[in-house]
Amino acid sequence: MGCSMCLGVPGKVVRIEPSAVDMPMGVVSFGGITKEVCFAYTPEVVPGDWVLVHVGFAISKLDEDHALEVFKTLKELGELSELDVPQPARKS
Amino acid sequence: MRFVDEYRREEDAQAFVRAIRARVTRPWTLMEICGGQTHTLLRSGIDRMLPPEITLVHGPGCPVCVTPLTQIDRALAIARRPGVIFTSFGDMLRVPGSTTSLLSVKAQGGDVRMVYSPLDAVRLAEQNPGLEVVFFAVGFETTAPANAMAVKRAKQLGLPNFSILTSHVLVPPAIEAILSSPQNRVQAFLLAGHVCTIMGTSEYGPLAARYRLPMVVTGFEPLDLLQGIHMAVSALEDGRIGVENQYTRTVTAEGNRPAQAVLAEIFEPCDRAWRGIGVIPKSGYRLRPAYAAFDATERFDVADITADEPKECIAGEILQGRKKPSGCAEFGTRCTPEHPLGAPMVSSEGACAAYYLYARAV
Repeated sequence: MGCSMCLGVPGKVVRIEPSAVDMPMGVVSFGGITKEVCFAYTPEVVPGDWVLVHVGFAISKLDEDHALEVFKTLKELGELSELDVPQPARKS
Repeated sequence: MRFVDEYRREEDAQAFVRAIRARVTRPWTLMEICGGQTHTLLRSGIDRMLPPEITLVHGPGCPVCVTPLTQIDRALAIARRPGVIFTSFGDMLRVPGSTTSLLSVKAQGGDVRMVYSPLDAVRLAEQNPGLEVVFFAVGFETTAPANAMAVKRAKQLGLPNFSILTSHVLVPPAIEAILSSPQNRVQAFLLAGHVCTIMGTSEYGPLAARYRLPMVVTGFEPLDLLQGIHMAVSALEDGRIGVENQYTRTVTAEGNRPAQAVLAEIFEPCDRAWRGIGVIPKSGYRLRPAYAAFDATERFDVADITADEPKECIAGEILQGRKKPSGCAEFGTRCTPEHPLGAPMVSSEGACAAYYLYARAV
C-alpha cells in the first residue's frame, strides 16, 4: 500500500448529491469499488467524468486528451530511434 | 484499471529507458521529491534500468517521515486520555514515538481509530457529542485542503468537540533549503505531481530561475516517472532551465483554485521543524487565529512536550540527497523498519525503508 498522503486514485464519478453548504458529496467508482467522495474542490465535475481522489476528496478532473500525451511522446521517440539504427555499410 | 494500467506496461517502459540512454552523455543527479515516487522507482526497478550516468537521490517528501518525534509524542499524550477518540490516517499509526506508538496505545485500551478521510473524523465528532475527537492532520499541500475542509465543516456544524493536531509541511521551502546548501548535489528535480495538482506550478518558476536548474512536474506511475526522467535529462543535456510538466492529465499552471481558497481561509504559513532536517522557515501551516479553537495542541495543553531525535541517524543527509541509505553504518543492522532509528526508516515510503524493503544496497 502506498502512502495515503501522496496517493491519488483515479475513479469514475457515479453521482453527486446537491448540497446547501458548499460541500457536495457523491459516489466514485474505483474499478467497481465505490466510495463516498467530497466534490467541494471540483465543482465542474459531472457524473461520468474521471477524477483523481485523495483522502476522500476529488482534487482534479482527469483530462482525457492529456492522458494520451505520454503515448504520443513514446511514438515520436520510437520513430526517432529508428533513425539511430545503423545502416549496413554500402558496398563500394 | 483506467488511468493506471496503461502507465505500467513493460514494453513502453523499456522504450523510455532506451530514449533516456540515447539522450544522456554525462553524469547527472536527479531528486524526486515525493516518497510515493521513491517507492514506485524502487518497486518497479526503474533505478536499476537507468544508464549508470543517472543518479537518483530521494527527497524529503514523506510526510510521515518528517513529522518530528515531538509531534508524535504529543499525539500519543492526547490519544492516551480518557474521553478522547484519536483519529489518523493509517500511515501514522505504526510510527514509534519516544516510547510507544498509536497502535500500542490502542492495544492498551486507547480509542485510536484509522480514518480514510478527515471528514470521517468530523462525522465521528457529530456522532459522539460527549467525547473529544482529535484528527492528526499530517501531510503536504496535497492533503492540507482536505484537512482544512474538515475544520471548516466542524465550524459550520458548530462542533465544540472536534480539533486537529497539525503537522503540515510545504514543498517549495524544502527545495529551497536543499538548493541553498553548499553540499547540494541535485541538478534537477522531479516535482510531486499531486502537490502541484493543488498548488499549480507557479511557485516553482522563481526557484528554478534562481538556482538555474530544470524541474519537471511528474506523476506516480512507472511511465510517468520514466517520462519525467527523460524530460529532466533532456533539459539538462540541452542546458534548459525552468519548470516543465509531465503530469498534464491533472496538473495545470494555476492548480486547484477552490482548494487554494479554503487553504488560505483556514491555515497560515509558519516555521516548521522537519524530522532529521531541523527548522525550515515558512515551511508549514498552522490554523489561523479565527480557527484557533480547533487547535488540539492548545486544547490539550501539550505544547510543553518535546523529544530529541536519536543522534546516530543521518536522516538530514538522506532527506536532502547528500547520502544514500547504503551510506549509513546503521542501515539494516541497528536500524530496521521494526526498530527505526530515524525518519526515513519510519514509514514504508521513506527512502531507507524502501531500500530495505526492495533489498537495495545489501
